[in-house]
Amino acid sequence: MSATETTGGSALPLAPRLPVVWKSEAMANRRKARYAADRRLQLYGMAAIAFALGFLAILIGTLTFTGYRAFTQSMVTIDIDFSSAEINRENPMESNWRAIFRQAVIDDVGELSRSEERDYFSMFTSSAPFLIRDRIIADPSLLDGRATFVVPMSDPIDQLAKGLVNTDLPESQRRVNDKQIELFKQLEAKGAISQPFNWGLFFNSDSRFPELAGLAGAISGSFWLLLVCFLISFPLGIGAAIYLEEFAPKNRFTDLIEININNLAAVPSVVFGLLGLAVFLGWFGLPRSAPLVGGMVLALMTLPTIIIVTRAALTSVPSSIREAALGIGASKHEAIFHHILPLAMPSILTGTIIGLAQALGETAPLLLIGMNAFITSPPDGVFEASTALPTQIYIWADSPERGFVARTSAAILVLLGFLVLMNGIAIFLRQRFERRW
Amino acid sequence: MVGYLFGLMALAALVAAFFGAARSRANRRSATVKTHSRPIYHGLNAAIWTGVPAFVFLLLWLLGQNSVIDALVLGSFPGADAMTGPERSLLISEIRQVASGAIFTQPTPEVLAAVDHFKSLQSIAGWAMVAVVAALCAIGAFLGMRAIDTRFRARHSVERSVTWFMMFSSLVAILTTGGIVLSLVYEAIQFFARVPITEFLFGLRWEPQIAIRADQVAGQGAFGVIPVLFGTIVISMLAMLVAVPVGILSAIYLTEYAGERFRAVVKPLLEILAGIPTIVYGFFAVLTVAPLVRDLGVMLGINASPNSSLAAGAVMGIMIIPFISSLSDDAFAAVPRAIREGSFALGATKGETIRKVLLPAALPGIVGGVLLALSRAVGETMIVVMAAGLIARMTLNPFDAVTTVTVQIVTLLIGDTEFDNPKTLAAFALGLMLFIITLGLNLIALRTVRKYREKY
Repeated sequence: MSATETTGGSALPLAPRLPVVWKSEAMANRRKARYAADRRLQLYGMAAIAFALGFLAILIGTLTFTGYRAFTQSMVTIDIDFSSAEINRENPMESNWRAIFRQAVIDDVGELSRSEERDYFSMFTSSAPFLIRDRIIADPSLLDGRATFVVPMSDPIDQLAKGLVNTDLPESQRRVNDKQIELFKQLEAKGAISQPFNWGLFFNSDSRFPELAGLAGAISGSFWLLLVCFLISFPLGIGAAIYLEEFAPKNRFTDLIEININNLAAVPSVVFGLLGLAVFLGWFGLPRSAPLVGGMVLALMTLPTIIIVTRAALTSVPSSIREAALGIGASKHEAIFHHILPLAMPSILTGTIIGLAQALGETAPLLLIGMNAFITSPPDGVFEASTALPTQIYIWADSPERGFVARTSAAILVLLGFLVLMNGIAIFLRQRFERRW
Repeated sequence: MVGYLFGLMALAALVAAFFGAARSRANRRSATVKTHSRPIYHGLNAAIWTGVPAFVFLLLWLLGQNSVIDALVLGSFPGADAMTGPERSLLISEIRQVASGAIFTQPTPEVLAAVDHFKSLQSIAGWAMVAVVAALCAIGAFLGMRAIDTRFRARHSVERSVTWFMMFSSLVAILTTGGIVLSLVYEAIQFFARVPITEFLFGLRWEPQIAIRADQVAGQGAFGVIPVLFGTIVISMLAMLVAVPVGILSAIYLTEYAGERFRAVVKPLLEILAGIPTIVYGFFAVLTVAPLVRDLGVMLGINASPNSSLAAGAVMGIMIIPFISSLSDDAFAAVPRAIREGSFALGATKGETIRKVLLPAALPGIVGGVLLALSRAVGETMIVVMAAGLIARMTLNPFDAVTTVTVQIVTLLIGDTEFDNPKTLAAFALGLMLFIITLGLNLIALRTVRKYREKY
């Protein structure tokens, strides 16, 4: 049999074809090329994955590298002898704390010229006198005799202590001058410098000075935001999902609602911010920068996620359970609320936590409703102006001081930490409680 | 105070539930006929009557209270009628400031009088609110308790309330969309009353400065949206250039070549890229990628801007990879086995099957995914706010800075906003445009995907 034969005796004359010699050189080369193409595609795929994951590693790596230093803070230990200081003992608030502080730190190093003195004082955080005052007011018994205080060093010196200042540069090109380096070495030799864990990062509020700035306000603001968001979106989302899944008649209106929900999930977040600004702030006159408004906007954004997740969870509960409930006389509501919903709850909670984690990282809508204000105390409730973690990152990223670069990275690490925690809880819930039918 | 009020309402509802259930139980014991509903439903019904009307009233009251008080205070302020909008809002915020005790300069006697008026209105409003809420609770509790009877179908009543709540919940999605459309359109119309719509749509200059004095140079801002849109397209295209090949290739590798274990590890890792907040990407773009791009520019002899569109676009592309990857993944998985095996049976290698059979078959799904990703890229805000430029320029050079729609929205609205400034309103016009573009992209994408699904 030859390959040139045609079946059925076609009228068209076909060009004679030689039999394919599979073992020939040409065929072997062709095969090789085809396999090489196959391997190339595989390689491209691997390269693509390596690119994406490599990028992820670089992202986390750089943030950790720039951020880890902000988890410690250079502190200086100051010994103050109050017995000789001029203090208004009846009313410590009224004393000249700046002078007391200056006298105390001057004692540590001896004679300095006027300009050197100024350089020296600028090595400590500018609110050091007030930190000392606040401790005295909290504990007046410290005034009897000597007491030691640990106060943060100012940002340039903090950088110096962490080895981030290139001392080989000419003096005019760095923010720490030679005298300050000398004084710093002197303090270091005395053992006054320490670098403990920076608790201030978590327990201080925002400040213009990097060495004092912390995330307390942002974390509590984010907490209130998520609380409002959860309280609104969780019941509404579950209600909407149950209605659409179990009760709604199939008509054009419910179709419209479904299309709507799917579209809402894809509306850019900044548009939700515009909604919040125009409707909640503009028309209803709710307070600007308040977690209440932010939480409401985030709730509207999270709602589609929760609805979609809840509907999926409801449909995954086998219908035999519903039928059994209905069969022994439960009403439709009872079947759903006593049997189906509890069984679907782990999946719903998992989805809700993931939705809240997304809401936690959302920035743009919060910027539009003014949650990027400079606020130096944590909010006491949902009506008070506050920042949130992502907006705090935005504020710090915009600040020119060197110290804020590390703080921003550290704040990002804290935010990512919260996200990991929430997702971890979600995964735990899913693995522990979710049932596969 | 409002917090306590909510707490008290919840407490009242709880008490009503308890007494309602107790009363129904007592009824049940003494009754000769069988009761219709279990006591718990009678209790719940009483709680709903007690709590829900008061709760709804309180919400509506709180939403309206500030606007009404402002209007009343302004209405009685001498000369307020002649004021323009910004002056009015300035005045009202001054009154609020003074009322809350923050006094920077000595306020005028008119303001002081207004502050007193404001304070008295506020306290009246507060007491009225408490009184009405208490009355509503009491009436509700009375009605709810009176309804308890052996033959009263409390379960039906409760279920009806629950159904109403669920219907309202599903309406919230519609209300949200309605709110978005209404607010955007309303503010945009205000904007087009000041700047003609043709100038906005076809203008080639975007300089949203507003003159402080009339005779200032460049006193007249220019609101032509074309350069802003152009910048958005440039950055989105750069993002797609990164994301589309990487996303599709990684999906191919994960679905066709990778083993089960590799896939189980790598896929969630890729998804992490989508879970990282965009502000993190933005900071990363500024901190690491922008300097790299500048170095690259120096190497190539090009003067790179610190806010190059390349840095913003590339980082945005990375963020989008998982969207394209997982949607292409679904598209590949939806291609029937038979097609794949037919191709193998004809002697095609795996690579040939993928390129010549799977890709064309999955193409509509992939295109849908790419369009969805594109709509993400267009609407993405924080990366470009931090890494892209502010000045609208029409340049294709990826080392130059361009601006985007979202950047302009955020920069126009950050800080204090007045609602009758063309600058503020321009942001809403841009928002409307963004909403329409992303909605269109989403609808086309969904239609493409759905059409494709019908094929098999």
